[in-house]
Amino acid sequence: MQQTRSVEIGTGLFVLFGMSALFFLTTQTTGGDGFSVSDTFEVEARFENVGSLKSRAPVSMSGVTIGRVTSVVFDPESLDAKVTMVIDAKYDKIPDDSDASILTAGLLGSQYIGLQAGGSDTYLEKGSEIYFTQSAIVLENLIGKFLVGSQSGDEE
Amino acid sequence: MKALIRDIYNTAHEFVRTFGAFQLFFLRLLRYSPRVLMRRPRLVVKQVYNAGALSLVIIMVCGFFVGGVLGLQAYANLARFNAEDSVGTVVALALIKELGPVITALLFAGRAGTALSSEIGLMKATDQLSAMEMMAVNPVRRVLVPRFLGGVIAMPFLVAIFTCIGLFGAHVVAIDLLSVDVGAFWQQMQLSVDIDDIHEGVIKSFVFGVVASLFAVWEGYNAVPTAEGVGRATTRTVVISAIAVLILDFMITAVML
Amino acid sequence: MLCFAVLKRGGPDLGSASDNLIEIRDLMYSRGSRVIFKDLNLTIKRGEVTALMGPSGTGKTTLLRLITRQLVPQHGTIHIGGVDISTLNQTGLYELRKRFGMLFQNGALLTDLNVFENVAFPLREHTNLSNRLIRHVVLTKLHAVGLRGAADMHPAELSGGMARRVALARAMVMDPEILIYDEPFVGLDPISMGVIVRLVRRMNDALGITSIVVSHDVAEVSTVADCSYLISDGKVAASGSPDELHAANSELVRQFMHGMADGPVAFHFEAPNYAEQLLGRDTE
Repeated sequence: MQQTRSVEIGTGLFVLFGMSALFFLTTQTTGGDGFSVSDTFEVEARFENVGSLKSRAPVSMSGVTIGRVTSVVFDPESLDAKVTMVIDAKYDKIPDDSDASILTAGLLGSQYIGLQAGGSDTYLEKGSEIYFTQSAIVLENLIGKFLVGSQSGDEE
Repeated sequence: MKALIRDIYNTAHEFVRTFGAFQLFFLRLLRYSPRVLMRRPRLVVKQVYNAGALSLVIIMVCGFFVGGVLGLQAYANLARFNAEDSVGTVVALALIKELGPVITALLFAGRAGTALSSEIGLMKATDQLSAMEMMAVNPVRRVLVPRFLGGVIAMPFLVAIFTCIGLFGAHVVAIDLLSVDVGAFWQQMQLSVDIDDIHEGVIKSFVFGVVASLFAVWEGYNAVPTAEGVGRATTRTVVISAIAVLILDFMITAVML
Repeated sequence: MLCFAVLKRGGPDLGSASDNLIEIRDLMYSRGSRVIFKDLNLTIKRGEVTALMGPSGTGKTTLLRLITRQLVPQHGTIHIGGVDISTLNQTGLYELRKRFGMLFQNGALLTDLNVFENVAFPLREHTNLSNRLIRHVVLTKLHAVGLRGAADMHPAELSGGMARRVALARAMVMDPEILIYDEPFVGLDPISMGVIVRLVRRMNDALGITSIVVSHDVAEVSTVADCSYLISDGKVAASGSPDELHAANSELVRQFMHGMADGPVAFHFEAPNYAEQLLGRDTE
């Protein structure tokens, strides 16, 4: 019986050890935005071009992560991309005329949504839509524009 | 010429037969598994101990050095582009998605798989399995299923432990020896490792656990019941498990990409 | 050809109507191209110690495996207590096997359990007895084979004779109706051998079970068996009480019973002509 007990204790320790390892991996190596709040509200925004924005990308304001993207879908009727994001419920005083732009972390990093505060007295709440958006900067378009612009710079 | 064709036919026939027997064997294990798990959990616990807890030392030592060497290599190559900060990213992705599951599976086949197949082979050679049959105890249910389940349960934990220790090894090498910035190391890692990467690692470790345990149990059960036969079964366990793990790794990666 | 029923025991499940507990008819079994049994007929009576003897390699162990349906014959029938065992499904077979106790040649103790747990194994698998009751039963059985003191030892620490006695205790623990001994006398020192012989006889008479002993040790079998079958060349060459076999005229029986090197069972294994092979005129 003594032997059985030590086997059981050993197994228990092993499984605990393994579980904590798994827990460590899921929490400490991923989700650098550190956003894991359960009390959130959902807003959406439409972009002409989302670039390589993916769900789970961070939503940040002044460089602080306040939410994350939950879905990126193409809307076949309005012919643009509809991005749904959740924002931590404690940030309930974000002006509803704030504008959202898709930015890139570093030169080649992943993309995220940056919010720029507006001046309105009404705030973003559940189901609001952010109307002022700025699409992702696509490198090819940028280069294209630059080339075209330098050839006939006075057209616009 | 006729003899050659007959040989080829016989070999193919034998191969198909073995393959079919193997599938049936697998199904039989699966069919008994829930009942063994519900009614005889202690048998399974003991095998989790044998397959898992007893493999910890080799897993941890190997994990530490694999992580360490990854850190060294990643640093040496990334430093050329002044991208030392990405060492964490490279090491973490490599360990979580590929090296953790694969190396753990290979070590598992070498440590726990061989122990399983030689144990079962010896039980067969010394009539212990026949004796169980005679005592109206189904040896597949009493001996094979708990060992199979023990391996399947232990494997994901072993992989998680291997990966964590590997990260620790890389941490030691990169930060303490090569003075990479500790914040950059972890932050870069956290920015680029996604929960999906962890899912991929867990799925792989589960599949490899099934495969490695299955081959170990199968080879042991079908060993020629002599000293030589058991030895050969043990060797085959390692060889077949290693091949199967690497092929499956390729296939899973291709599907999940 | 006479066998006497020494003891009768009414096992209701195995059909007490007949004295013949096991009947084998026209048994044919071959492994690959090698025919091991052809047209084998034999009968084992209830309550007796029946010995199956024969030269090495005649398939005595195979016969045991056929009787317990670990192997299935190509042809012929085996009835146990009136039931054709080839008709049994897995459940029926396991029910049947619970009435068997088998002592394997090397004991076949489970190496990862100690002596006590080995003997307790069938009880733990098949019954829901309390630990106290199991302990009671196991110690009784171990006492019967004289190894109560070895309960905490591991199979690896036991001598060959002790392992066999533990295996005997394990075979008896479910109170079987039939006990099968596969070569119980091989490789034992004279004292252990005497112990086993005594145990075989005592178990049989005291518990009223039917015993089947497979052996080629003529002397020991003669002291213990009520009835012996001599198997050679895939069929029963002779049968009867030990005295009858000793007195038999058949050359084969005499060769076997008196241990002569050459006779119907040739000293030489089948081989090409000696002179031809030596002189290299072998055509193969």
